[in-house]
Amino acid sequence: MDDILLSLSGLTKAYPGVVANDDVSFDIGRGEVHALLGENGAGKSTLVKMIYGLVKPDTGTMTLNGAGYTPAEPRAARAAGVAMVFQHFSLFDALTVAENIALGMENPPKPRDLARQIREVSENYGLPLDPDRVVGTLSAGERQRVEIIRCLLQNPQLLIMDEPTSVLTPQEVEILFQTLRQLSAEGTAILYISHKLEEIRALCDNATILRLGKKVATCIPRETTAREMAEMMVGSSFNAPEARARDLGDVALEVRGLSLPAPGAFGTPLRDISFTVRQGEVLGLGGVAGNGQDELLAALSGEQRSPAAMIRMHDVEIGALGPTARRDKGLLTGPEERLGHAAAPDMSLTENAVLTAARREGLLSRGFVNWGRAQGFAEKVIEAFDVRTPGPGTAARALSGGNLQKYVIGREILQRPEVLIVNQPTWGVDAAAAAAIRQALLDLAAKGAAIVVISQDLDELIEISDRFGALNEGRLSAIKPVQGLTIDEIGLMMGGAHDMEVAHA
Amino acid sequence: MIRLEKRPQPSQVWTVMTPVLAVFLTMIVGGIMFAMLDTPPLEAIRIIFWDPLFNTQFASFTRPQLLVKAGPLILIAIGLSIGFKAGIWNIGAEGQYIMGAIFGAGAGLAFYPSESWLIFPFMIIAGAFGGFLWAMIPAILRTAFRTNEILVSLMLVYVAEAMLASVSQGLLRNPEGLGFPGSRNLSQWDASANREIIAGSGMHWGVLTAFIAVIFAYVLMTRHIQGFNVRLTGEAPRAARFAGVIPARIVIFCLGLSGVLAGMAGLFEVAGPAGQISIDFNSGYGFTAIIVAFLGRLHPVGILLAGLLMALTYIGGELAQLMLGVPGASIQLFQGMLLFFLLATDVFINFRLRIGRTEVA
Repeated sequence: MDDILLSLSGLTKAYPGVVANDDVSFDIGRGEVHALLGENGAGKSTLVKMIYGLVKPDTGTMTLNGAGYTPAEPRAARAAGVAMVFQHFSLFDALTVAENIALGMENPPKPRDLARQIREVSENYGLPLDPDRVVGTLSAGERQRVEIIRCLLQNPQLLIMDEPTSVLTPQEVEILFQTLRQLSAEGTAILYISHKLEEIRALCDNATILRLGKKVATCIPRETTAREMAEMMVGSSFNAPEARARDLGDVALEVRGLSLPAPGAFGTPLRDISFTVRQGEVLGLGGVAGNGQDELLAALSGEQRSPAAMIRMHDVEIGALGPTARRDKGLLTGPEERLGHAAAPDMSLTENAVLTAARREGLLSRGFVNWGRAQGFAEKVIEAFDVRTPGPGTAARALSGGNLQKYVIGREILQRPEVLIVNQPTWGVDAAAAAAIRQALLDLAAKGAAIVVISQDLDELIEISDRFGALNEGRLSAIKPVQGLTIDEIGLMMGGAHDMEVAHA
Repeated sequence: MIRLEKRPQPSQVWTVMTPVLAVFLTMIVGGIMFAMLDTPPLEAIRIIFWDPLFNTQFASFTRPQLLVKAGPLILIAIGLSIGFKAGIWNIGAEGQYIMGAIFGAGAGLAFYPSESWLIFPFMIIAGAFGGFLWAMIPAILRTAFRTNEILVSLMLVYVAEAMLASVSQGLLRNPEGLGFPGSRNLSQWDASANREIIAGSGMHWGVLTAFIAVIFAYVLMTRHIQGFNVRLTGEAPRAARFAGVIPARIVIFCLGLSGVLAGMAGLFEVAGPAGQISIDFNSGYGFTAIIVAFLGRLHPVGILLAGLLMALTYIGGELAQLMLGVPGASIQLFQGMLLFFLLATDVFINFRLRIGRTEVA
């Protein structure tokens, strides 16, 4: 890799109160797969935003192909050959794949030509995708392919990928990696942002590690252990969750034949879901995104009511109760979407504490909010879960994704739930924070709470669950003990919901 | 190049400053407008903003008018603001105001010519009930059939106006009124009159109620869980459902409350300053209150100040028409500018202005 494509030199970007990037320099070679690693708030997002023209650096220079590179906006970056696939997709559910791709192009070709181009690219790179499908019917993995193909149609020299595997199944990850390797072999450089260290070891040629906005280390991932990389990231060693041997108590939560119609045009109906969770037990529910995870969480939290007998807690029927009544009984939940669902974006952390903890933490007296106590509780969460924020008066949307996640999960855990159900508890959270959240869940289970973790991160589920099941098109697979489970069995449980064939062969 | 940069948090300073800036910009652009109408701009601005309060000749007459006009505006706007916070757009306060007046006046006139002191309180309750009932129509239609409350409440204004015309010529017409449309004069009947609490101050019972409503709304929105739930519903409906808020109840609460307050405002007006139910006793307070609610940043104290400011432009506008002969439409334009500039300057609350080049240095 002596042929340098993009060279960053002394990039610095400061926001009021925080230096997001401080004198960051590194090079990306043509065809190189370069990993960018760092905790939440380490400055990865700001750095790629500068490369993609979304943010202007305060000082420092970038050189692309030996010439000065100062993109004023993403359009300029794309014109220069830099493309980016974001962590959160920006697609219209009601439009087709081809229409979505055309919307993102400067000069879209005629629909028929575009459909042909999409087919060509999707075949060449082993990304099966039908241009006429409506995006609302696609899985998360397929949606990501839409974004990738949108980028590839512009023949980029550098492709930036922000946590691309967070929503994929192992099979889909494998397909993606083959595509990325092929791109790299053809000379396209890839800047790969991820928290999953094993993936980086499998895929990337070089890694740059950021901590608190500074470049702290570089390494060759293949020659470095995941643990070493993680330590470089956090600057100190972190604890992997302890293995545990717990005594299980009575059945705390029982779901019997839970069936609910799909909540909207793009929702998933729940079909005859049954499971039990005992006190002290962690049940892990895997599955590809969009197979009923959100719907199941809504049914368990009480946002979506069901016939009373379908959900029982300590043998009391609670299916017909709303969220407040279920919280009173000790059933707490943490939805996947942090902003707008688990937390109100423009409200302060104190106000967001009242959101779910009003009654259990005694923040109300005769209907009046005791804001002093609410702030005290918010501070307790911030302290206990190491939420990095100026204080409880900060608006939720001002926190980085990982910090807000720590806050909303911490808010539920500190309310001493008897049953806790969380969806994607560590999505977008850095390794150290994810480990802390998992440990907190395990500690809670050790104290006798029953916990259901819905997640798309299989490693996470295997690590903390006692038993494992998978959701597939609104159905739940058989539930098996995690011990002795193989990755093939898991794949089978997750069931061939989506086309996993690889067109490379 | 001028750019807008999103602030990480809404700016406290600008939340307070935008109304001030909006008033200032209105003065400048309004002044230009008056100049184009061949009216001395500074004098026009002075007559609108200064003379009603401090002119030695007629301020003693116009100052009480300030409270008389601001009272119903504040009372209605407080109710509206709570709904607006929850994302429930009651545009039909004018209709609820009219129905409050009809119900309240009707309830009182049913006992004419009794002199019981209970009549006036009963009329207030009936007026509140009338407004509540009229607001329940869009509320129930929305919760049961997901109709759009903006359209329903607005259309009901015209229904209410038709009913007002009907009762002032029929059901509530003054039997001793020589066949002219309009009810008996409520302000001249002791039992029903909405009197000034302090003579000559303009402070009638409706103004007092408006001040109480300001305090009530402040406590509700900042201290009470119901106010919290209202705000939560407006800011993040999904989070509100997650918190256990039942959206239908918030709709009923917000529309009901704004109906009650608008209905009371209607009764106080018809039993006091207007004096009688007549075809056009309503003077558009229900619509102007929408402007007042936004001008006041949907904050109770802001609405109090905005109501007073709006009343001032009304009275000042009338004075300007009288003394300078400017057309009435120019005064409405002037008030419209105020709302326009307020909304336009709003952007500074969430964005900051950056002047400079975007390229890397």
